[in-house]
Amino acid sequence: MVDPQETYLPSARPEMIEARAQLYRAIRTFFSERDVLEVEVPLLGSHFVTDPYIPAVVADNAGSERFLQSSPEYAMKRLLAAMPRCIYSLGKAFRAGERSARHNPEFTLLEWYRLGFDDRQLMAEVRELVVALCPGTAVQSLSYRQWFEQSLGVDPHTATLDELRATGLAHIEIDGTGLDRNDWLDLLVTHTLEPAMVPGLTFIYDYPASQAALARVLPDESGVAVARRFEAFFNGMELANGYWELTDPAEQRERFAADRARRRQLGLPDRAGDNRLLAALEHGLAPCAGVALGVDRLLMQREGCTHIRQVLAFDDSRA
Amino acid sequence: MATYSISDFRTGLKVMLDGDPCNIVENELVKPGKGQAFNRVKLRNLTSGRVWERTFRANETLDSADVVDRDMEYLYSDGEFWHFMDPDSFEQFAADAKAVGDAAKWLREQDKCIITLFNNAPLVVTPPNHVELEVVQTDPGLKGDTAQGGTKPATLSTGAVVKVPLFMNQGDVVRVDTRTGEYLGRASKD
Repeated sequence: MVDPQETYLPSARPEMIEARAQLYRAIRTFFSERDVLEVEVPLLGSHFVTDPYIPAVVADNAGSERFLQSSPEYAMKRLLAAMPRCIYSLGKAFRAGERSARHNPEFTLLEWYRLGFDDRQLMAEVRELVVALCPGTAVQSLSYRQWFEQSLGVDPHTATLDELRATGLAHIEIDGTGLDRNDWLDLLVTHTLEPAMVPGLTFIYDYPASQAALARVLPDESGVAVARRFEAFFNGMELANGYWELTDPAEQRERFAADRARRRQLGLPDRAGDNRLLAALEHGLAPCAGVALGVDRLLMQREGCTHIRQVLAFDDSRA
Repeated sequence: MATYSISDFRTGLKVMLDGDPCNIVENELVKPGKGQAFNRVKLRNLTSGRVWERTFRANETLDSADVVDRDMEYLYSDGEFWHFMDPDSFEQFAADAKAVGDAAKWLREQDKCIITLFNNAPLVVTPPNHVELEVVQTDPGLKGDTAQGGTKPATLSTGAVVKVPLFMNQGDVVRVDTRTGEYLGRASKD
């Protein structure tokens, strides 16, 4: 048994190192053919996302606090505001302490923005990319509501906390004290709905308004306010998360404030909202849709790997 | 008593849950991109033997269970208790039928066992992985049988019944895997 603390050896086999390089070439060709420009943005930033459940790797840059970025989103939106052009970034992202068969604290994110697209159009492009990279992949899509109603018989937008708790406790053994609606929705996704997904690529769209993150919130065909956010799952594994982007600075400011209030309530460290992102929105961000896709997970699915370390040259235990 | 946070959970760690000592079998982080982190933990209840899954928030903690495994020698059974001795300290422990469980049918005096102590009392008795026991009853073998042939039941000196090849006879000593109850081979007599 190799001791990860001592060995010089990579965690991935040589053919996986080759497969990654080949995947990057294919991704770059895909976007180059569509005239989407590759951009590079800082990994060390003075601000971090306000999302309560995204933990930061904090760095000390000669006495000034920096955050290793969990996504290139804010910087890319600033670029978009300054330079209206469809762009993508293929680079590293960081989330403190996330380690599992599908998580590594340092991972590779493909993020891209399409001017004039809404979430539905961007979903179509995600499908085209994944099918181009993994030919023969079966694709299906359903709304977040259909997903819950089909398998659990509850409407995730209108169910009360008590109803969600009862549904959750019927499937999951947990001390439910203090869990809110979003926690129960997430638990039902990770414990029940995700594992039951059919093989292939599945899009889930129209997320609950309470999970809008940076997506627009609009009424759906039944008049319920939903987030124009989608996720793609590949063989039951979360792969990509996209939005029809919020461009209204006032609402962005409110969401920062709501996140910070939630952080306070949970006893998590405060994160100031990025004033430069707000300045970009004040200046004006053209209507666009953006998505972030986990490249390591895509490579895992493409190569039939079951653990993320199989596709990383050196996983966290060997880094 | 030590306290463990869920992120410290590793396979083999012993913790108290709902008043019972449990062994961590597996701990998996579950974390949607935007959602709260949870841990799906598989535990074995050491009292009941039941393995089940429970989900914890990353900030939950559990107390450690005072559970230790010790090598001991089986002495004898008085019908109600099975008596064991630590060969180093000569300390003796009495295990009840619940702690001994299925191990009872493999216990031969002076064999080395692992006794799991919970608050210094036997909780689980684990027999050696391999034991050598004498066949006390089996139907006579048929002439010309070979090792490739069929099997027949044989009762061993401890009361266990295992499937043995047809050529084995009463008085032979067999080697058995106690985890599966499988016959491994013929052993030389003591």
